[in-house]
Amino acid sequence: MAWARKVLRVDLNAGTCTDEALNMDWARRYLGQRGLATKYLVEETDPRVDPLAPENKMIMATGPLTGTCASTAGRYSVITKGALTGAIACSNSGGFFGNEMKNAGYDMIIFEGKSPKPVYLLVRNGDARLVDAGELWGASCWDTEERIKAAHQDPLIRVASIGVAGERGVKYAAIVNDMHRAAGRSGVGAVMGSKNLKAVAIRGTLGVKVDDFAAFMAATAAGKKVLADNAVTGQGLPTYGTQVLMNVVNETGALPTRNHQGVQFEGAHAISGEAMHEKRASDGKSNLITNNACFACTIACGRISAIERTHYTVVDRPQYQKASGGLEYEAAWALGAATGVSDLDACTFANFICNEQGFDPISFGATVGAAMELFEIGAITTKETGGIELKFGNVHALTELAELTGRGEGFGAEIGLGSKRLCEKYGHPELSMQVKGQEFPAYDSRGIQGMGLAYATSNRGACHLRGYTVASEILGVPEKTDPLATEGKGGLVKAFQDATAAVDSAGICVFTTFAWTLDDIAPQIDAACEGEWTPETLLEVGERVWNLERRYNLGAGFTDKDDTLPKRLLKEAAKTGPAKGLVNGLDKMLPEYYQLRGWTTEGIPTNETLQRLAL
Amino acid sequence: MQKSLHIDPGKCTNCLQCELACSYDNEGVFNPAKSRIKVFTFHDEGRFVPYTCTQCAEAWCMQACPVDAISLDAATGAKVVSEWLCVGCKVCTIACPFGTVNYNADSGKVIKCDLCGGDPECAKACPTEAITYIDANWTGLDRMRQWAARTDAGSGAGASASA
Repeated sequence: MAWARKVLRVDLNAGTCTDEALNMDWARRYLGQRGLATKYLVEETDPRVDPLAPENKMIMATGPLTGTCASTAGRYSVITKGALTGAIACSNSGGFFGNEMKNAGYDMIIFEGKSPKPVYLLVRNGDARLVDAGELWGASCWDTEERIKAAHQDPLIRVASIGVAGERGVKYAAIVNDMHRAAGRSGVGAVMGSKNLKAVAIRGTLGVKVDDFAAFMAATAAGKKVLADNAVTGQGLPTYGTQVLMNVVNETGALPTRNHQGVQFEGAHAISGEAMHEKRASDGKSNLITNNACFACTIACGRISAIERTHYTVVDRPQYQKASGGLEYEAAWALGAATGVSDLDACTFANFICNEQGFDPISFGATVGAAMELFEIGAITTKETGGIELKFGNVHALTELAELTGRGEGFGAEIGLGSKRLCEKYGHPELSMQVKGQEFPAYDSRGIQGMGLAYATSNRGACHLRGYTVASEILGVPEKTDPLATEGKGGLVKAFQDATAAVDSAGICVFTTFAWTLDDIAPQIDAACEGEWTPETLLEVGERVWNLERRYNLGAGFTDKDDTLPKRLLKEAAKTGPAKGLVNGLDKMLPEYYQLRGWTTEGIPTNETLQRLAL
Repeated sequence: MQKSLHIDPGKCTNCLQCELACSYDNEGVFNPAKSRIKVFTFHDEGRFVPYTCTQCAEAWCMQACPVDAISLDAATGAKVVSEWLCVGCKVCTIACPFGTVNYNADSGKVIKCDLCGGDPECAKACPTEAITYIDANWTGLDRMRQWAARTDAGSGAGASASA
C-alpha cells in the first residue's frame, strides 16, 4: 500500500510505453522518490555518461505518501544526471503533478533514449502513449500546459513541461508543472529537452490507498496540528512565504550581495516578504495577491503575485499583468541581492519569465551577478553583451537578460551556460560562485558557517535543500547553534543531510521539518506503508541514500577536491555585519565530517560503511 | 439547529484537503476525482473557490428524479441520493442549475454532497476555515459583523470626544 507498485518505462527511441512491477525489495530499503529513483538510475546507467546523451535516463518519481492526505503529500522529484553539474541531480517539485501520477497508477516514470522527433507523454489511468509534439516545440511552459488541456478537452489534466530554455539546452533549464511549480535545479529540464520530450501530461482518477487507514488518519491529523501550532509553519510561512527570511538573513550578515562581494544588501527590505504585502502608493494594491498551497499542504507558503500594470516590464503586455507565481526567498535573493537590483516588480517579472520558459531563477540570477562582475572588471564589454550595460543594479539588464536567456538568444545564450562555464570562458573562473558547477543559493557561508560545509558536500552541487543547517544556526530548529562557529558543524550537517534524504524519499515537503522531526514523520509513513518504519529506520534510509548518491558522483569522476568552496568565501573576509572579518572555516569542518560519515580522508565511503548500510 | 456549509473563498489556499477528506469518507480512498466538493482555481486572478451542493430547499434534483431516489434528510436538510433507488438516468444532473450532482461512471449512479449525515468531513479537514459548518439561518453573521464594525467606526471617536 501507499506505493502504487508500478513503474512506467518509456523507451523514447522505440516510442514504447511498458508497465513493470516496482522493485519492492528496493522500496523497503530506499522508500521512494529521491532514494528509490536514485537506486534505479545507479543500477541502470553508467555514471560517466554525458548528461545530454540518450544513454542518460530521466526518472520522475513520487514517494509512498504522495497522493495521500498527509500534509504536503503531493511531491514528486526528477532524478537524472544533471546537465549543469554532471553530478547526480534530484529536483523536487510541488503543485499537483505528483498526486496525479500516483492517481494514474504509477510510482515512477523512467524515460530512456531519445525520441527521433518532439513528443509528449500522455498518461490516463494506466494507459500511456507518446503524442507528436511538433506543434508544441517552441512553446512556453504556460502555453504548452494550456494547449495540451485544450487538445484533450480536459481542464483537469496536469502537465509538467519544458519551455524554450529546455529545448535550447540552457544548462539550468527546469521542468515546470502547474504553471509555476518547478523541478528547478541542476538542469533537469535540459536533460528532458535533449530527449525531445516536451511534456508529460497526466490524468489519474484511480485513488490512493494506505496500509492502515485508521492509524494513518490519526497520525496525519496529529502531524497537521504540529504544523498549525508552530510559529514558522503556522504563521511565518503562510503570511510571508519563504520570503520571511529576507530581512532576517540580511541582518545576520549572510545575504550574499553582488556576486558574494558583500554579505548585506541595502535594498533587502524592498524585495522582502514584508514589501510584498505593502500597498503601493500608485494603485493601492500590493504585489502579493494571496498565499497558495501545493497539493495537500496545510502550510501554504506559495506566493501569488501581480505586477503593477504601469511597471515598465508589463506595459502593453497583458499576459504578464495577470496573477502568477510570485517570489520565494531564493528567487528574490538571486534576482535581487545577487545582481544588486531592488525593484520588487522587476524581480517578480524575471521570476515570471523563469516560470514561463522553464529555467532556474537561482542559477540565472547568480549567473547574471557573475556576469555583472565580469563586466565591471572589463572582462566582458558591451561588445559581448550586445549593448547591455551589465552593471550591478541595472534593472533593465536583469529583465532583458531573463527574456533573452529564456529564448536562448543573444547574450542570453551565454548566461544560459551558468556561471562556471561563463566565468571560465572569460578567463576568471574564480568569480563563479558555485560548487560542482551549481550556483549558491541565498545564504553566505561566512555568516552561516555550517552552510559552507553543507554546500561543499552537497551531492547535487551548491544547494540549501540538501542540509538546511540555517534552521539550526539562524532559526534555532531543532536547537540553536552558533552560526559563526565551526565546532560541531560536521555532525550537524550530516544529521540534516540524512534526515532530509529520508523526507525527500517519502513524498512530503522538506518545509514540514521546520516543525516536524522524524518522530512526527515516522508514524505517518509507518501507517501508510507495509513494514516497520521508525525514526531510526528513516535515518538509516537517509544515510543509505546519501552514500548511494556519493558513490554515483565518485563514479562520475568527482573527488574530494570538489568538496570545496570558491576562494572568495575561503579567503575574502566578510566586510560588514556579525560575520565581519570571518571567512568560511571549511578546513576545520570537512575532516570531521568525513570521519563521521565513515569515509576515508579522501572522502570515499569505507567498506565498513558500505556494509553497515547494505550498499 | 439546522446547519449548512458555509464557504469563504478568500480563505481558501487550494490545498484540496477537503477533496481528500470527502473522497476518503465516501469512497474509502484518497481520490480528489471522486470528491463531492471541488476547489476551482482561477489562476490569472489568484483565486481559489471551493464549491459543492448548497442543499436547495426546493431542490431541482429531487423534483426531477423520476424514481424518487433523492430524498430529504430531515435532520440535516441534506438531499440524499439512495444508491439502491438511483438508476443512473442523470436527469438530476441536467436539472441542477449549479452542476453539483454528477454521474459516477464507475458505479453507474449519481453522487452529490450529503453533509456526511451532519458532520461534514470537508469542513473538519479545512485548515483555514474557508469551509465551515454553521447555523443555516445565520451564514451571513461573520460578514455582517465585519460591516457592522465599519459602520460603527465613528462612534468610538465621538464617545471619547464627549468624555
